[in-house]
Amino acid sequence: MRYAETGYNLEIDLTRGNIEKVETDPRDTELYLGGLGTNAKIIWDRVPPETDAFAPENVLIFSAGLLCGTPATSANRTIVTSISPQTKLFQYSMMGGFWAPELKLAGYDKVIMRGKAPNLVYIWINNDKVEIRDASHLQGKGAVETQELIKKELNEPKAQVSAIGLAGENRVFFASIEQARSSCSRGGLGAVMGSKNVKAIAVRGTKDLYLAKPVELMGLMNEVLEYTKWRNDNPIPNYMPILAGLGSPQEMKHDDEKWHTESFSWGNSRARRRGFWTKEIAEDWKETMATMQNRTISCFNCPNNCGATLTPPGKPTYMMKCFTKLTYTMAAYSDLAFGLSIAQMATEYGIDGYSGPQVMAFALELLEAGILTQADFPGMPEDNDGKFYWLLDKIVRREGIGDILADGTYWAAERIGKGADAFAHNNIRKHEQLPLKLGTMDPIYYLLYCCNEKATVTQIEGNFPQAPFATQEEKDAFVSDWFQCPSGRIKEVVQKWSFKGEFAGPYYPTPEMCSEIVDWQERMHYVDDCVGMCAGMSSFPLKPPYHLFNYPKIISAASGIEMDTDDLVKTTTRVRNLVRANNIIRGLRRVDEAPPEDHWNKRFPELEKELLDTYYKYKGWNNDGVPTKEFLHELGLDYVAEEFEKRGIYSETPSYELAAQKEKEV
Amino acid sequence: MGKRIIKTIKIDANKCNGCRACEVICAAFHATPKYSSVNPARSRIQMMRDPMRDIYVPVYAGELAKAECMGRNVYIMDGREYDECGFCRQPCPSRDLFKEPDSKLPLKCDMCEDDPPQKEPLCVQWCLADALIYEEREVEEDDTVPSNDMEMSIKALVDTYGLDNVVATMARMSEKG
Repeated sequence: MRYAETGYNLEIDLTRGNIEKVETDPRDTELYLGGLGTNAKIIWDRVPPETDAFAPENVLIFSAGLLCGTPATSANRTIVTSISPQTKLFQYSMMGGFWAPELKLAGYDKVIMRGKAPNLVYIWINNDKVEIRDASHLQGKGAVETQELIKKELNEPKAQVSAIGLAGENRVFFASIEQARSSCSRGGLGAVMGSKNVKAIAVRGTKDLYLAKPVELMGLMNEVLEYTKWRNDNPIPNYMPILAGLGSPQEMKHDDEKWHTESFSWGNSRARRRGFWTKEIAEDWKETMATMQNRTISCFNCPNNCGATLTPPGKPTYMMKCFTKLTYTMAAYSDLAFGLSIAQMATEYGIDGYSGPQVMAFALELLEAGILTQADFPGMPEDNDGKFYWLLDKIVRREGIGDILADGTYWAAERIGKGADAFAHNNIRKHEQLPLKLGTMDPIYYLLYCCNEKATVTQIEGNFPQAPFATQEEKDAFVSDWFQCPSGRIKEVVQKWSFKGEFAGPYYPTPEMCSEIVDWQERMHYVDDCVGMCAGMSSFPLKPPYHLFNYPKIISAASGIEMDTDDLVKTTTRVRNLVRANNIIRGLRRVDEAPPEDHWNKRFPELEKELLDTYYKYKGWNNDGVPTKEFLHELGLDYVAEEFEKRGIYSETPSYELAAQKEKEV
Repeated sequence: MGKRIIKTIKIDANKCNGCRACEVICAAFHATPKYSSVNPARSRIQMMRDPMRDIYVPVYAGELAKAECMGRNVYIMDGREYDECGFCRQPCPSRDLFKEPDSKLPLKCDMCEDDPPQKEPLCVQWCLADALIYEEREVEEDDTVPSNDMEMSIKALVDTYGLDNVVATMARMSEKG
């Protein structure tokens, strides 16, 4: 008997059209939990590092987290994992919505796809009946539209459908996978799905999912719900309102955008606009949101209403959450009405709301700089908003300049040449970042940006405050009921940390303290990504309902796997290092671990070196960022160490020395 | 005169965020043993949910209807067209709703009868959006005098079969329980 998980994966060979239901080893769940953890094991076992993202041999996994479908509030995430066409690294992108719980109820933990279908298909999973169906009539259809069309043709209004749009079909490197109000956006996994000729996966499940210690689990969940209610009524005082509550940042509810519009950068992540947020704009944008928004909505079994259904004038309804609200507006120096309208099209086409707008702004900068010319933009309208619509269309169709831009700023700059790379300035590991340009280097964020396998800071930051509190009273008050915090040392940092003086950045917190803080923040994400918990109830906000002390009990009650906090720490450390191992064999080294060069105006090279040195040591990695043989042995990952040895990774010249030699030669 | 508690769940459909927590907890509560499994298809509350049309209607399972209705209803409110039978709470031969997915036996909301009693039905407790609101009210009932309807019906039986036959039948039925 398996609890919380079903114990079965669906293995689909798209080339041959073969479908198998395969029982999984319960020992793997104990070692890697599920979701991201077991996905990382499958990619390690089956996808050699030489495999191209679009090769049929690449594997694309749609996984439910271990707790998805159980009564665990907000456990609804689908963890999609494969190799990214953009970064060429291990990529995991996650979405909330309703798909993962439905998969569990159909009797599966994962759908593992390999090969390539001979023509465009969609997969229909209806409990034990699984079909690969022709999707030629869905070619070119929008990602949202496709979900509706499939439910209709199956006559299954309760089916949940994950789908790609035109961008995925055309292998745009930042194509998304859309489902309900959520999407897997980062790293271009929609393009991998397109490369396999899979338009959508529909699932309907009406089976039972079993719980190991049900009464215990209910007691724990009642505590989570009680605390959630309390926490919703008590936002963190003296903290930016958008980050003071639970859930993902409540962009659909908050109309005050002073913080985003004045602290984040406009255009191709270039300029901050201080004083932008006037009374007139505040009223105008509030009116825009009120006119277009139908309702705020939640994902499966979640009380947080982070998303909304929106209907821009004259356009179909779509769903949105979080900061995509502003990324198009700010990239185009336009207004909210434009941003919400173009986002409707972009969602149907299925592109990442972070990378997409930045790529378009990048193209227009290149035009302005004379690196690209008018001849590259035939027929582009004169008006600013029109230019963005035009670019969006060209990119998702891979037409003309759009074909180059569809690879993202890094690869586009490489193909364009003529110094275009200076304009692809906001990337980590070839991947576009949030449009943020700040003053003095922040040591915690330095590590969060550098050492994050996903190259997306929102997916690794969270439980520790983003900035110091102003007064001692505020600091003491904050730590007084901070039971989620696993260490007295971290509490002490908050009590001392200040804007000025001895305990101010960048030298405080010290590299040792930063290591501990970053390790904890990151760990919370790894737990969430294994169990399928929404970060908005756990790793992302301050003082969340799920934490290192109730998680082991919840996982244990749901799955029957006995564990305490130490066990959970060890398991997530194992997963974290296996994920890293997947990147190490793909060539990731210390030189790749850097924030965008212009992210901070004031840099501290010596301190930054010390930060990385200290953090690597703390993590059990050598000075080039490779997990050591001894540490891997401790984690039971000897097979990783053996592979590293076989590939000569331990004996190679460190990447930073190679980089230094290269610099000397120049 | 007797007293009876009427249990009511008020549904504020405008507050519903469509998360289906109500279905999850209902299915878990009614599992055997209690809470041992989850399967929203067994839930006695079902979300009629279509975000693209802004339709969010939680519906509770009611009494089994042995036959389909002769006619059907489609409601249009505020320009939104709700599905056929969208508001109906009866398990019936026309659809799979409110039936056990394997045995197809009908389901019915029992307001989470429990020992000791729950303070509120579980769906209400788990709806943090406050779309489900529980209310109890006491009504007084005149339980001493048989209703005119019943008297008329029995009189019709007596007219047809004779008083002795009706009394004997009633006695036999009450012996059987």
